[in-house]
Amino acid sequence: MSTPTEITAPKPFVPEQRGGGEVPRGGDAAATKISVRDLNFFYGRAQALHNIWLDIPERMVMAFIGPSGCGKSTFLRTLNRMNDTIPGTRVAGSVEIDAEDIYAPGTDVVELRRKVGMVFQKSNPFPKSIFDNVAYGLRINRMASSKADLNERVEKALADAALWPEVKDRLKSSALGLSGGQQQRLCIARALAVQPEVVLMDEPASALDPIATQKIEELIVELKRDYTIVIVTHNMQQAARVSDRTAFFWLGKLVEVNDTEKMFTNPEQKLTEDYITGRFG
Amino acid sequence: MEQHRRLDRELDHLRDRLLLLGGETERALQRAIYALVERDSETAQAVLKDDDVVDHLEVEIDRLCVDLIALRQPAARDLRFVISVAKITPILERIADHACNIARAVVDLNDEPQLKILVDLPRMADHASEMLHASLDAFTTHDAAAARELIARDDEIDEIYNRVFHDLIDLMVADPQTTRRAARLLFVAKHIERIADYVTDICELTVYMAQAEFIKHSY
Repeated sequence: MSTPTEITAPKPFVPEQRGGGEVPRGGDAAATKISVRDLNFFYGRAQALHNIWLDIPERMVMAFIGPSGCGKSTFLRTLNRMNDTIPGTRVAGSVEIDAEDIYAPGTDVVELRRKVGMVFQKSNPFPKSIFDNVAYGLRINRMASSKADLNERVEKALADAALWPEVKDRLKSSALGLSGGQQQRLCIARALAVQPEVVLMDEPASALDPIATQKIEELIVELKRDYTIVIVTHNMQQAARVSDRTAFFWLGKLVEVNDTEKMFTNPEQKLTEDYITGRFG
Repeated sequence: MEQHRRLDRELDHLRDRLLLLGGETERALQRAIYALVERDSETAQAVLKDDDVVDHLEVEIDRLCVDLIALRQPAARDLRFVISVAKITPILERIADHACNIARAVVDLNDEPQLKILVDLPRMADHASEMLHASLDAFTTHDAAAARELIARDDEIDEIYNRVFHDLIDLMVADPQTTRRAARLLFVAKHIERIADYVTDICELTVYMAQAEFIKHSY
């Protein structure tokens, strides 16, 4: 088995290098949306991420897989600076979104998080109505020009999250009365309402039953037409079902990034193969 | 870890059943050819009778593959292995069917006087039988290089087949009385030629299993 020190930085994603002119599933555009260069991340003295190099293509789904504690969620949170809220953390290297370094001094973090939305493992609707949950971000960002515009944007976000038909007649009801799967889609609608360009999802379906999970997965595949999606999942079948590219993390290192189809049929690294085939450790 | 060991045990069991099927198929082919050369109808009948074993094994392996895919969701090399086994199984069953067809021809041929001393047909059959054996070895050892070499050997079978074909046609033209027996031998030759083609299919699947490379139809 390879040791961590043997792992070299994967080559950056370059569409022209895919070979055979074949474009992976996932939209027409293959431009790089997020470009990570030599990223290191520390919780105090403990280094959680080591020399991560990764390009995330636009309007595709990128899945992060790996065992617990491998750094995939930490890495996800570096993409919209959510780790800034944790005291004692430190970042070295760069994360560029649309060629702009999000860790550059003067970066508007609030605007960054509008542009890079996030959905968490546990649905976290506000104790407000369904409508107010989705309208919340629109109101604080002053994105609606009128009440009619606000209504329209809320409806669109709920429709994009495949929730509108189920809630259109009870928009004033409490969001807490929705099922777990509906609450998670509401959180997705809330993230979509402020028109992000990237949506980060941290195990968005791990607490849901198979039917609710299927709806979330179908939604992810739909959303990639308009958004760049990055998803952390422990469920490898889910990664295989929804993603176009998959990155495997181990002990804070990026071991392999590849087209999902190749990753699950013929990974390049033995460590990846051992993990995917369940022979890890 | 127990999960890994269980999966490994199930994959080993699947491989063993496939090799058993391969062994039965080889045996059917060798006995059919023995029956042809020795004009032994009893052995030919035994080939037909034992085809049930092959059929049962095919169904058993099919079920094992479905169970493994449904319950274990294999990935990467495990997935390629299970898919390859699932595709090789019906190929072996078809090879055994060809052996049965040869055995049936033997029974019919033995009702009539011998047409000629067979030279090229047994050579062709031995060649095909060796190729089958070697292809199963290559599969077992995940030896893609050996599988690729075997594919090239199919041309030798085709060459002998063409010679046998023309010899038998010449025989029929020269003496129409031989047509019935010569036609049966032609079918036997065709069965052997098809068996060699199936062996190349096994080799192509071995390359896929070992190297994740599709070489069928030059893709």
